[in-house]
Amino acid sequence: MRLSTLTSLIAGALAFTGAATAQTVAITNAKAWTGTAQGTVDNATVIIVDGEIAEVRTSENGLPPEAEIIDAEGGWVTPGIISPFSRTGLVEVSAEDSTNDTSAGGSDYSIALKAADGFNPMATTVPVTRLEGVTRIVVAPRSGGDIFAGRGFVADTSTSQDSIIDDDAFVFVRLGEGGAGSAGGSRPAAWARLRAALSDARTFPARFLAHNEGDALTRVDAQAFGPAARGQQLILVEAHRASDLKRIIEFSLEAPQLNISIVGGDEAWMVAEDLADARIPVIVDPFQNLPASFEQLAATAENAKRLIEAGVITSFAHLGDDSHQARLVLQSAGNAVANGVTHDDALAAITVVPALIFGLEGVGTIEPGAVADVVVWDGDPLEVMSAPSHVFIAGQPQSMESRQTRLRDRYLGLESGDVPFAFKRSE
Amino acid sequence: MKHFSWALVAAASVLLAACGGGSDTGGGNESNEDDGERITINKDPFPSTYTPMDSSTVLIRGATVLDGEGGILENGAVLIQNGDIAAVGTEITLPDDDTLIEIDASGKWVTPGIIDNHSHLGVYPSPSVSAHGDGNEISGPVTAEVWSEHGIWPQDPGFTRALAGGITSMQILPGSANLFGGRGVTLKNVPGRTVQSMKFPDAPYTLKMACGENPKRVYGYGGGRFPGGAPYSRMGNVAGYRTAWAEATEYKRKLDAYLEDGGDPPARNLELETLVGVLEGDILVHMHCYRADEMAQILDMAEDFGYSVASFHHAVESYKIADLLAEAGACSAMWADWWGFKMEAYDGVRENIPMVHAAGACAIVHSDSDIGIQRLNQEAAKALSDGRRVGIEISKADAWQWLSLNPAKSLGIDETTGSLVEGKDADVVIWSGDPFSSYSQAEQVFIDGALVYDRNDPARQPVTDFELGQPGEGDAK
Repeated sequence: MRLSTLTSLIAGALAFTGAATAQTVAITNAKAWTGTAQGTVDNATVIIVDGEIAEVRTSENGLPPEAEIIDAEGGWVTPGIISPFSRTGLVEVSAEDSTNDTSAGGSDYSIALKAADGFNPMATTVPVTRLEGVTRIVVAPRSGGDIFAGRGFVADTSTSQDSIIDDDAFVFVRLGEGGAGSAGGSRPAAWARLRAALSDARTFPARFLAHNEGDALTRVDAQAFGPAARGQQLILVEAHRASDLKRIIEFSLEAPQLNISIVGGDEAWMVAEDLADARIPVIVDPFQNLPASFEQLAATAENAKRLIEAGVITSFAHLGDDSHQARLVLQSAGNAVANGVTHDDALAAITVVPALIFGLEGVGTIEPGAVADVVVWDGDPLEVMSAPSHVFIAGQPQSMESRQTRLRDRYLGLESGDVPFAFKRSE
Repeated sequence: MKHFSWALVAAASVLLAACGGGSDTGGGNESNEDDGERITINKDPFPSTYTPMDSSTVLIRGATVLDGEGGILENGAVLIQNGDIAAVGTEITLPDDDTLIEIDASGKWVTPGIIDNHSHLGVYPSPSVSAHGDGNEISGPVTAEVWSEHGIWPQDPGFTRALAGGITSMQILPGSANLFGGRGVTLKNVPGRTVQSMKFPDAPYTLKMACGENPKRVYGYGGGRFPGGAPYSRMGNVAGYRTAWAEATEYKRKLDAYLEDGGDPPARNLELETLVGVLEGDILVHMHCYRADEMAQILDMAEDFGYSVASFHHAVESYKIADLLAEAGACSAMWADWWGFKMEAYDGVRENIPMVHAAGACAIVHSDSDIGIQRLNQEAAKALSDGRRVGIEISKADAWQWLSLNPAKSLGIDETTGSLVEGKDADVVIWSGDPFSSYSQAEQVFIDGALVYDRNDPARQPVTDFELGQPGEGDAK
């Protein structure tokens, strides 16, 4: 216990020192994808001052004299990538329950479960994710046996103890097959529970004066659902089948005050026009092209393309191993391009669009005044053979080390093992 | 590898051709005449009925060709004739053949078809409904008697997605719950009504084994029992393997004695027949094993019982003992970057594959996933680039061996496929561009010279029975 306290004190001190230092950085000779009307700027110089983007210009003349110069050597510079759906930082080793805070099947609560309470910014997954250019993670709780999994949050990947940006960002709800299973066995049961819960939340606290329990929710859960039920907080709904999505669209039209987004949506392309009209954003996994269940029969690699062409606000996530492999969102985006999405739209789907869905102001673009989450790449960021050379979060240069790189370095060059490897800790 | 001839091989008849010299007492039969007749056991009771689809003589020219053995040709050509590779080069003498089809592959890449040596397609098919979990006979820790081919559903839509990813052959394995999970089978990735019609002709059988967490979790404390059955620990795992190998050794001794001396044949034992097949070198061992220290102990155990490990699977820590693996001649079938989902996968690094390659050991990119199998070329690309960043210089031409020749070796089919060499099966992929790019896709896939998949021709895109008449039938996948 003492050791871990000490470690976090040191980390806190480091973070504090970092934040207190005013830094000016000029990234020169860059191909800057800005995520704004400015588009992609060749021969760009991106100037970062005190944690914010100060300027994007095409001349290297007159740089601030105090600026640290980073030559991008013609490489891409992008806003920090945002993973719009993950469990990163909630779990260290998925199969080890003691290290896994994603779900709580034995809890008395549902919506009251705040995933942020379980976040460990120093989990090994966090730097592993950052090294691939992901600077912000949206983190959702996992359902423990209720359509309501709890509330998710947004953090940066700095490993700072202050890295949570929004600790109460959305309520996560499962409908479709998963929701049916946890609501008692059918889709109607899941919808009944959702409607009853909204009613409980909207009538909180009045109805709880007479009764301790609502129709669907406990007092605590009803209170926690209040902001979302009043449209002040995002409700993120997981569903795939076209008919489920259509029900959600109709529901949102009946309750226009609600702020709803969809995650999953493998058959979303079949109701793309309706989603566009209803302004319901969708977070899809571009890898998903199999009828993995009977609610995904029409899954296609062109889902993303068709949604974007229909005008749906579309973001990409890697929903496979969402705790340890959220970093693969870049490969997902590259594959979306292979299946018809434009390069610009694919980059927007992992920067600008998730910032919009989760209300992250000043994030997701490179423009004056934006938060300086910036990544310098050694190639096209959506190419599997590319990687970041530099990552900045709010203007702070980030370490490019993780536990994985330390292990790698220990065993690189096995022939040098003239002493046991346990003594080998640095070059 | 020790190789004892079993001498029972040839006969196709099932069994129980009566034994002339039989003796009720068993044991010594020196008083009887031994007429040399022996009961034979059919080693191939579910024989391959695969026949290639119709093919033409095809010349693919103008492409960047990776031959799969480390060679690269710019502006290269590949000639396919009678289902085989007839020639590979920059200048090919065209055969006198009116039916010759020429494909201008300028700007495209041509490679051997990808071979995934770790797939559960068919045994864990889509949709993954409860009725479809046919990949693991978890009824006991030693189920060497079960065969994955008996659990394969040929209508798994995953086969067609893998085909669109350039997969021409794959090993379908039982799952990893058991110490001995059963036999694996190697398939050509062709649509078929029966499993037999997909079986790779003359491919040896394989045996799936598993180290570590899975067996002890499933049996030791599976299903809420505490304690459950053995194994409960890694100690129990190894005791379980060794007990089974000891039984197999004993069974083999009885079989050998019977072949030599006649008398009563040993009763058939499907479990031990599989293990004896390993001891005789006919069946190749593929072992799920993550941790370096466990792999090292398995190598000792294999040596002790006189067999070898064809490939460790997942092998997340192979980079820690790549020198030992090179020395033992054991392949490692790996992911590019999976890690952390359980304790034995905690030490995963992105450079595992190139580090194994650099040590001179056999590196294989595998999927274990119906999603991953669709883009194994990208997995190789990630590993290649991560290796290069730490100074491990490997060419794309060499790296392609991770995807075709090395898995072919691990499956014992490298004499007939795995590289673009004259006389081998024409299992060939034309890629829209550099297959080490996110943006390239398999455009045309040939298996034994037949065009089995064409991205630009819906008529050459197989649709399984399951998807017929469903939303999404025949859509872009």
